[in-house]
Amino acid sequence: MNTEKLIATIRKVGAKIEAEKDFLTELDNVIADGDHGINLARGFGEVDKKLDAMADKEPGDVLKTVGMTLVSTVGGASGPLYGTGFMKMGAAVKGKAEIDVPSFLEGLQTAIEGVMQRGRSTKGEKTMLDSMIPAKEAMEAKWNETQDAKASFAAGVAAAWEGVEYTKTIAATKGRASYIGERSIGHQDPGATSFTMLLEIVAGEV
Amino acid sequence: MVGFVVVSHSAKLAEGVVDLARMMARETPIAAAGGLEDGSFGTSFEKISNAVDAVYSDDGVIILMDMGSAVMTAEMVIETMEGRKIVMADCPIVEGAVTGTVSAESGSSLEEIMEDLEQVGAQKKL
Repeated sequence: MNTEKLIATIRKVGAKIEAEKDFLTELDNVIADGDHGINLARGFGEVDKKLDAMADKEPGDVLKTVGMTLVSTVGGASGPLYGTGFMKMGAAVKGKAEIDVPSFLEGLQTAIEGVMQRGRSTKGEKTMLDSMIPAKEAMEAKWNETQDAKASFAAGVAAAWEGVEYTKTIAATKGRASYIGERSIGHQDPGATSFTMLLEIVAGEV
Repeated sequence: MVGFVVVSHSAKLAEGVVDLARMMARETPIAAAGGLEDGSFGTSFEKISNAVDAVYSDDGVIILMDMGSAVMTAEMVIETMEGRKIVMADCPIVEGAVTGTVSAESGSSLEEIMEDLEQVGAQKKL
């Protein structure tokens, strides 16, 4: 994926988040403060304005700008978390003119570590990490087995949706949803859901 | 004198905490960074950055935050201001703001105030 393709893909992610913002906000309303969709949509709206000027930049710089814009404009926890994720991924692919599957996986791993550190969180706490980590593991396994980018992304998306289903079975111990604790069981995590939507869009462009 | 920034999802809450702290510590620099630019709930990277700039001196700045994105966004502001003396205090914001600003006004250093603030969370009201 080169810069042109990356910019087009990020615009599609933004359009998806915009289209799903009420759904994501509703998910967040049930277990937390109900700002996830609105906040992310605002952030990606601002990202969209910055992308035109990025056409001659390398993919790593585009990802860094996306991250910094999300940090400054989202206003909720998804800002620093997605922002850190994009910035870390940008740093991981720095200097590359194209992002291939191995460099995407390396970037995703760095993003996961960034999100864990920023959110002081780990797997099993009903957060976006519950879709990010299994997605990365499934993608890597499929890639090592087949060297097929499409198959690898498809495996990642399937594992991410399974991660979303898994978040329904556990209580939140991080983030605003941790205040309702056990009563969050039965509801899917908005962050895990939005990450899975994002990955699904990227997978469609591979 | 050490300065303070109060970060909250709510503009009213952040401003209220600042007002409350000023009742006892009239001279200590303290700024509110609450809510988003449009007045809605959330934490704003820009508002926090501006608030830090407004109260910053070589004595340093202590940030008090409510929860979640307030903590993470404050942390990212600090990372972009590398080389400056800025720390986050892990304590209740109302009690922390009062204790911290009073201590600053009596001439305490940032390190001394941070020690005071560590006790704040452990204090019982009843």
